[in-house]
Amino acid sequence: MTGATISQPQTNNSELSESTGPEFGTAGKYGKYGGQYVPEVLMPALEELEEAYEKYKSDPEFLKELDYYLKEFGGRETPLYYARNLSKKYGLKVYLKREDLVHGGAHKLNNAIGQALLAKHMGKKRLVAETGAGQHGTATAMVGASFGFETVVYMGARDVERQHPNVYRMELMGTEVKPVHSGSSTLKDAINEALRDWVTNVEDTHYLIGSVVGAHPYPEIVRDFQSVIGKEARTQVLEKEGRLPDSLIACAGGGSNAMGLFYPFLKDKDVKMFAVEAGGKGLTYTKKAALHSASLCVGTEGVLQGARTKILQDKHGQILESESISAGLDYSGVGPELAHLSETGRVQACYAIDEEALEAFHELSRLEGIIPALESSHALAYLKKAAESGELGEMVVVNLSGRGDKDLDSVFKLAGRV
Amino acid sequence: MTVEISGKFAALREKGEGALIAYVMAGDPTPEATPKIVRALVRGGADLVELGMPFSDPVADGPTIQAAGGRALEAGMNPGRYFELVAGLEVDVPLICMTYYNLIFHYGPEAFVKKCRDSGISGIIVPDLPVEEAGELTAACGRHSVAPIFLIAPTTPENRVERVLSEAGGFIYLLSRLGVTGAHPGEIGASAKALLARVGTNLPKAVGFGVSTAGQAEALIRAGADAVIVGSAFVNIIASNQDPEEREELEKQLEALARELKTGIRNAAGAAAETVPESGQNPELPENRDRGLENRSNTEKFVQYGKI
Repeated sequence: MTGATISQPQTNNSELSESTGPEFGTAGKYGKYGGQYVPEVLMPALEELEEAYEKYKSDPEFLKELDYYLKEFGGRETPLYYARNLSKKYGLKVYLKREDLVHGGAHKLNNAIGQALLAKHMGKKRLVAETGAGQHGTATAMVGASFGFETVVYMGARDVERQHPNVYRMELMGTEVKPVHSGSSTLKDAINEALRDWVTNVEDTHYLIGSVVGAHPYPEIVRDFQSVIGKEARTQVLEKEGRLPDSLIACAGGGSNAMGLFYPFLKDKDVKMFAVEAGGKGLTYTKKAALHSASLCVGTEGVLQGARTKILQDKHGQILESESISAGLDYSGVGPELAHLSETGRVQACYAIDEEALEAFHELSRLEGIIPALESSHALAYLKKAAESGELGEMVVVNLSGRGDKDLDSVFKLAGRV
Repeated sequence: MTVEISGKFAALREKGEGALIAYVMAGDPTPEATPKIVRALVRGGADLVELGMPFSDPVADGPTIQAAGGRALEAGMNPGRYFELVAGLEVDVPLICMTYYNLIFHYGPEAFVKKCRDSGISGIIVPDLPVEEAGELTAACGRHSVAPIFLIAPTTPENRVERVLSEAGGFIYLLSRLGVTGAHPGEIGASAKALLARVGTNLPKAVGFGVSTAGQAEALIRAGADAVIVGSAFVNIIASNQDPEEREELEKQLEALARELKTGIRNAAGAAAETVPESGQNPELPENRDRGLENRSNTEKFVQYGKI
């Protein structure tokens, strides 16, 4: 397979929402997915947010401010690193988009900065957020401290336990972390609780949602703020290789790092895109729970937390608890745009199970001297599987969405080291 | 034995009475217990009964009703059993189904609404379905003569109020405050009164979220409400009487609370009809917070309730 066609490189944030995407129907709908399934109390807040976003997304002053904080506070741009040892081992060129080097250790800050600036312009005093792995919570805590918001982060009790270092980090930065004990005590339940907080305090509070999920305009806003990943990667790969990559790989829970990488490449028809979900213990179920989080791969259509999308549900429409070794991917739903892109075939949904992700976690650490987050390890695990089959072509960009320091406890526990 | 919402409100108006709408979760503590619970509420004076269909992720509910839903699901409640249970209820009050949209979406809106009608349900409330997304459901409601009941919040601006009212049937559900469901004893805040004052409609106005005492019920009817909705206070009683051996005690307590609330509502009836304030006042001014009385008197004059 030869190189993909080259189109014009794009500069960063000269405009947030470029028309790089396919044509969609009405605002907030991606094919049949998306929409605004929220309590009436929140509808005016969503409208206010949409208006503010429409106003600021092409406002040069706002974009200048955003770029300033992404660079000076966040440490962008991040390198597109040629992983020479992995490349040699797998027999294809592997580039890592180093989002693990963003301040805080994950891509989550890109969106948190953007939304915090929006919230500031909207006159909000308080931020609430949900977090799974604690990466989005940490990013929210960072912008909360930096921009002077009162900040509350909801986190599933199970995640509080398995991602404890991030809880300390959030608390150090002045954020109140509220453990959530309902449901499976993971990300979905944290979102429910954040929504309940927002419903109660909507007048002075901005819900800083951390992924491309929820009601319109959130999936669009988060995608746009994260698309800095793909814009940079596209420019960088053209500089280094003079052509576009054959494939992009990103892990997907809600899908923010995947949409962030993919979106600026959507019109590059020859670039394949792989969204890797958490396969957990395999794509099976108990009576009340899925043993995985693969809503794109095997979920069905439904309405969850504000959007029509693909979800894990039982035969009556009750949401199934999900499972994954990675708290950040442990979610029963997925962003509506990603559901749409997967259904049209533009993005290929795939998965890696816990064991494969762990193996990839160790492999990248040993081969490249980079400890990946367990979330990103799913993307690396799929790289390993697919490199053998040849479906990735000759050059691939993997989104290394976060670093793995937060996962050391979990990994050592699994290895029987603690 | 389906009782229509409009008929019920018309009958109450004849008597010069406000309505008590009682909410409980179907299947809590068990599907078998629900019919007795509903009958106890009706004996106590509930004029309409909302029956929750439990959903795994109830974002509009506070801890009390979340827990009730959890117990009901644990006890094996599901949409099929729900409809069976409702069909066998045999009470002479309108029954309203309250649930979240994914259950309806999964069942298919058309089939769900038809099943509601066939089981004797005369209205549906879906707290996570704003009018923007409700087209399929309201169309099905129109075909099967089930009232689509919508909520209006203190945050809902005027232009949205009109849009919501244009889709609404049965009664309009006004939120007494921001937030999720849950009992909040204490004085009814200015936001409930302001909302009653600014929402002008021929539909009966029912106020819910946080209402749990007879005093609150009385104050709301005085402020112009046609009905009060009480949920968490009943659900709390069920939560603390889970023992199957103590069902009679449970029924007694539920009946007593319903009676107490209904007495509060009756106390307000005379007072509300007497006052006819001037029109054209600004509801935002504190002295005009009771402007709802004006709407109340409009409602009195009006004969037809709702679309259904």
